[in-house]
Amino acid sequence: MTDPLIVVRDLAKEYRMESYTVAALRGVSLDIAAGEFVAVMGPSGSGKSTLMNLLGCLDTPTGGEYRLAGEKVSELSGDALAATRNRRIGFVFQNFNLLARTSAIENVELPLLYSPCPAEARRQRATARLAEVGLAERAHHQPSQLSGGQQQRVAIARALVNDPVLILADEPTGALDTRTSFELMGLLQQLNRGGMTVVLVTHEHDIATFASRIIGFRDGHMVADQRVAQPADAQAMLRELDRAAA
Amino acid sequence: MNWVASIRIALRALRVNKLRSTLTMLGIIIGVAAVITMIAIGAGAQARVEEQIRSLGTNLMILLPGSVTAGGVRMGLGSRNTLSEYDAYAVQREISGVQAAAPALRSAGQVVFANSNWSTAFFGVTPEYFDARNWVVASGRGFELPDLSGSAKVALLGETVARNLFGDADPVGQSIRLRNVPFTVIGTLARKGQSLMGQDQDDVVLIPISTLRSRVQRSHGKLRPVGSISIKVRDGEDMKEVEEQIKSLLRQRHRIQPGQEDDFNLRNLSEVLAAREESSRIMTLLLAAVASVSLLVGGIGIMNIMLVSVTERTREIGLRMAVGARARDILSQFLVEAVTLALIGGLLGIALGLGGSYLIAHLAGWRVELRPDSVLLAVGFAAAVGVFFGFYPARKASRLLPIEALRYE
Repeated sequence: MTDPLIVVRDLAKEYRMESYTVAALRGVSLDIAAGEFVAVMGPSGSGKSTLMNLLGCLDTPTGGEYRLAGEKVSELSGDALAATRNRRIGFVFQNFNLLARTSAIENVELPLLYSPCPAEARRQRATARLAEVGLAERAHHQPSQLSGGQQQRVAIARALVNDPVLILADEPTGALDTRTSFELMGLLQQLNRGGMTVVLVTHEHDIATFASRIIGFRDGHMVADQRVAQPADAQAMLRELDRAAA
Repeated sequence: MNWVASIRIALRALRVNKLRSTLTMLGIIIGVAAVITMIAIGAGAQARVEEQIRSLGTNLMILLPGSVTAGGVRMGLGSRNTLSEYDAYAVQREISGVQAAAPALRSAGQVVFANSNWSTAFFGVTPEYFDARNWVVASGRGFELPDLSGSAKVALLGETVARNLFGDADPVGQSIRLRNVPFTVIGTLARKGQSLMGQDQDDVVLIPISTLRSRVQRSHGKLRPVGSISIKVRDGEDMKEVEEQIKSLLRQRHRIQPGQEDDFNLRNLSEVLAAREESSRIMTLLLAAVASVSLLVGGIGIMNIMLVSVTERTREIGLRMAVGARARDILSQFLVEAVTLALIGGLLGIALGLGGSYLIAHLAGWRVELRPDSVLLAVGFAAAVGVFFGFYPARKASRLLPIEALRYE
């Protein structure tokens, strides 16, 4: 039997303040298999963002172990972590985090700038990913000329461009209206059906229902882990929304 | 990440804030332009001194009549004619280190050709004078011994005199009048330019010393006093030693007792010039150093703007790190940006510096000498300023933590 994609054992993270330490994550153990769609839920301060940062290799744990695709990430140095982020993980942020005054296509190319990829291949792959998210004809628009939903789709194309094994989405619908949120979740579900592992942080129940597994956090502990037999279908919800409007 | 991509990112970042980038560059532009212009001015002054040294000749000493003491009153230099033609011949003959000892007698007056005239100095000289004072005959011929022994009425014209009397016409073979004595022009002298004191060295007429004495001054005394003796020392001889030999020979010839003052004055002109050359070289360095200060100030401007830029773009840095930029990618991105800023400023500064030098040369009439090495120096310095002052902000950027940079508001 092969290792799950993500193996987390007793993962802990403490933040040292001047006179006291804050335990943000108190020994979490968790496996996520390839192809899962996991929603991480919990109130603010529950440790879900800390877990995301650790899973995303943006931060290093103070205890425990984290293996991503068989690699012991918790022991890697700064440059190796950067390489892992570059090759294995695609990020989607709440506020999109696109570079201003930079065209959509160049935003999508960004991760490829930091990996050995010749310029023509870079443009080709970025164009293909933009087409996948349905923005082929907006390639040369700047973020300020795109709607919120379009910006987030550019961000998803950027997350996908280097063929990662994992998409980490931190409140991706936080800045979007309901309809656009459903569109976006539909896109993520579509990717997941294609085999992509998606881990999503959200505090909205509606959004979490699109995932096949929901994990709850409270005070740095994992307090819930439930599989959803029949996740909601974002495309169907979208059609329903349109019918109601009509 | 490759360099082309880095430079493109840097140029885009600089374009985003055009005004700010331009103002920051201005510091470097002014600094580089100042360095180039100052070095050009300094080098121009230096080149002028060097030219004067060439026109004067190296290894040159001038022997002048000294002061005499009459009844306790010391008279000034040249107050008596203590030097004679014979002294020159003796120096030439008896001191082996001397290549040429040329007596000269100065006089002045009007030179007339046809209906134009010109007031100038004329020197009575011997053939050695050309060698000793580095005069080159441009056309015609120089003096020969028969001219001297026969007190021939022949003259060589300096460039200024020739131009004023003859314009573009060839003076050789023409007849002129010097203080109403008719002379035949046998040649012209090559241009020498200004002397150390700014006098026009080409405003001169040379005639044989015997002719000046007998035909113009009409003095037939046996003493044959002269105004100066130019002494050229052979290459490789020790100037100091030759100086001592000349002094002791003259003291002996003039019967000066030990303890008594010299009645002549020996000046080593090349030393004066060497000192002047040295001082103009130091001046150049000083000007360049002062100009460099403005380059330094420009560098601080770059550092300031880069620090602001790093703060403003914290989220961008965080994002770049999140998608895989290593610390050194961020470092090089900001370093390339700073160096690009400095180099563009440097190139514009070169243009301004060249233009400025040209303007100074034309408007102020100063001699400027553009040196390729000063341009290279300025560009190198600008790039170094970019690296030096860009490093700290770039390092600051590269040390940001990805999560903190991403969350930065």
